[in-house]
Amino acid sequence: MSASAGAPVQLRGLHKRFGDTVALDDVTFDVAPGELYGLVGPDGGGKTTLFRVLTTLLLPDAGSATVLGRDVRTDLWEIRARVGYMPGRFSLYPDLSVEENLAFFASVFGTSITAGYELIAPIYRQIEPFKTRRAGQLSGGMKQKLALSCALVHRPELLLLDEPTTGVDAVSRREFWDLLHDLQASGLTIVVSTPYMDEADRCDRVALMQKGRVLAIDTPRAIGAAFPRALFAVRGAPRHATIEALRAYPHLASVQPFGDTLHFSDRRAELPPAHVMREVGAWLQGRGIREVAVAPIAPGIEDAFMALMGDAP
Amino acid sequence: MPQPTRRHALGAFVVKELRHILRDRQTLTILLLLPLAQVVLFGFAIRTDVNDIRLAVVDPAPDDATRSLRDRFTGTDRFRVVASAPSAERLEPLFRRGEVDVALVFAPGFSRALATGAAAPLQLITDASNPSTGSTMQTYASAVIAAWQRERVTRAPASGAGGPVVIDPQVRMLFNPTLESVNLFVPGLIALVLTLVSAQMTAISLSREKERGTMEILLVSPLRPWQIIVGKVAPYLLLAFANVLTALAAAWLVFAVPFRGSLVLLLASSTLYTLVGLALGTLIAARTGSQLTAMTASMMGTMLPSTLLSGMIFPIASLPLPLQLVSHVVPARWFIVVVRGIMLKGAGLAHLWQELAVLTLMLAVLMVAAIRSFKPRLA
Repeated sequence: MSASAGAPVQLRGLHKRFGDTVALDDVTFDVAPGELYGLVGPDGGGKTTLFRVLTTLLLPDAGSATVLGRDVRTDLWEIRARVGYMPGRFSLYPDLSVEENLAFFASVFGTSITAGYELIAPIYRQIEPFKTRRAGQLSGGMKQKLALSCALVHRPELLLLDEPTTGVDAVSRREFWDLLHDLQASGLTIVVSTPYMDEADRCDRVALMQKGRVLAIDTPRAIGAAFPRALFAVRGAPRHATIEALRAYPHLASVQPFGDTLHFSDRRAELPPAHVMREVGAWLQGRGIREVAVAPIAPGIEDAFMALMGDAP
Repeated sequence: MPQPTRRHALGAFVVKELRHILRDRQTLTILLLLPLAQVVLFGFAIRTDVNDIRLAVVDPAPDDATRSLRDRFTGTDRFRVVASAPSAERLEPLFRRGEVDVALVFAPGFSRALATGAAAPLQLITDASNPSTGSTMQTYASAVIAAWQRERVTRAPASGAGGPVVIDPQVRMLFNPTLESVNLFVPGLIALVLTLVSAQMTAISLSREKERGTMEILLVSPLRPWQIIVGKVAPYLLLAFANVLTALAAAWLVFAVPFRGSLVLLLASSTLYTLVGLALGTLIAARTGSQLTAMTASMMGTMLPSTLLSGMIFPIASLPLPLQLVSHVVPARWFIVVVRGIMLKGAGLAHLWQELAVLTLMLAVLMVAAIRSFKPRLA
């Protein structure tokens, strides 16, 4: 435990339920200083509830949660002053201008735009040309940059972002993650949640969450490598018939659509990959699938997550 | 965190809130024009029935004749003698304090005039600050006198000296001699507009923050609950001030409603009442989830009682007993008494301190409840 004494976030056996719904089920992990930590999982996984516990908005039913060395149960005011939080929904004032929103949140935290400018400059400069525009009239990507600026203007020690890129176009998403890496380089600890597996790859470590439980915690690469079988990328036309044919394959372990290919694994893990490729290729051609191509592929975090979710009760 | 920072944060909150109000042009226009529209719309009378009329009798020389008329009044269901005085000077404070509704004033020569068949001088004074009940009470009193007169004539038809009794009732309406119904309604609608602006608008504005998700950010900030409440409420206090002045100006310019008391006292009382409404609105918003439920709840919880149980339209005296009891917890009931007292009777603090004390007590209770129910966490 002593190794994690300085951890900005320490969670031990956290439980939270709403009526019959279990939102957090025995959540335990640490976030190291300066880490970009990802919470990855589908909706209803407990990510938002976890953020609300970290921001002192919700009290856990059981377990302990320490943020920046403070207890979320008792030290709410100190935590609130030192944490930057961007909720899942766009939560700024649509009738106030870009600059007015930012100035308001700066004042609320007892600072000013000028005082916090250095940290937010790389982000805010991109929307500064529109500073007199009402926040409600901004595009999704710009709204998100404004929200991030508002969460950063008081120079927090820990940044908590709940699905910041949901509903944002692909280019803006990539830009946003570049910004997060810049912020991380400046020494900030960041916890970010996302339902997108490609974004999980850009975190230092990720916790895979489903139904309130943490299924796995590791680097994205290690989580992918933990995939228990050989994985193959399969193509065939027509695509739908290819899926059907693979599902009918007697030794099937898993098949998942993945972009324009299908990720397939064979239950007989001990077989050499070349053997599986030959057998599956023949099976598909025998079922009238055209343009069949089967190639080995390194499992990614999404493959691992699908496998873990399939195993979970 | 040092104190100046806190104040800075609160100031920024008030500025933000003012911006919301000023930018929502439609709502702002409605809120500013509302008092004007109300004054014009309510400028008509609603007739009402009255029971339990409190009667003062001024009888400088009591004798059989004056006593029999007095008994005639007490014999009815409607009148109750609450004061007897030897001279009419004592009446003024009784009316001003609202302890007496009607006064029956016998002139010293009443019985002698009656005996000689001359016109017997009798004065009937009615509190008409509520014009509809004022005129109703006047009618009832006149009817009692007329019946008494008829009875005397039929009982002593042969009395040579008596002859037909002639009574010369001099009717005087106090405080509102021309019986303008708008005089009654202006105080009531000042209460109504203030209730709308304070209770309903704060409830809506606070629940809007919840619905937009901005409340989540405000809660996560170092702002204390009281700062959020004060920041929300302060701009509406300004708006309420503007509304009181608009309603008074409209009443004075359009209907020439008199203003007899102190404007400072009226504005101070209005501030007190607005604070009560703001606390109530905060409480409602803290207890409800969406803007829609907050609006419905504030409508049911503040607007309806302020209209129906406050004495604004229906005199409290004519409500059924259970509703009369309920009316005691309706802030508007007390506020309307204060406004009518100040505007129509020119009453001062000495006469209105009880109502103001009740409002202050309500404010204290509601403030504590509002701040307590406003949790620094979600759910």
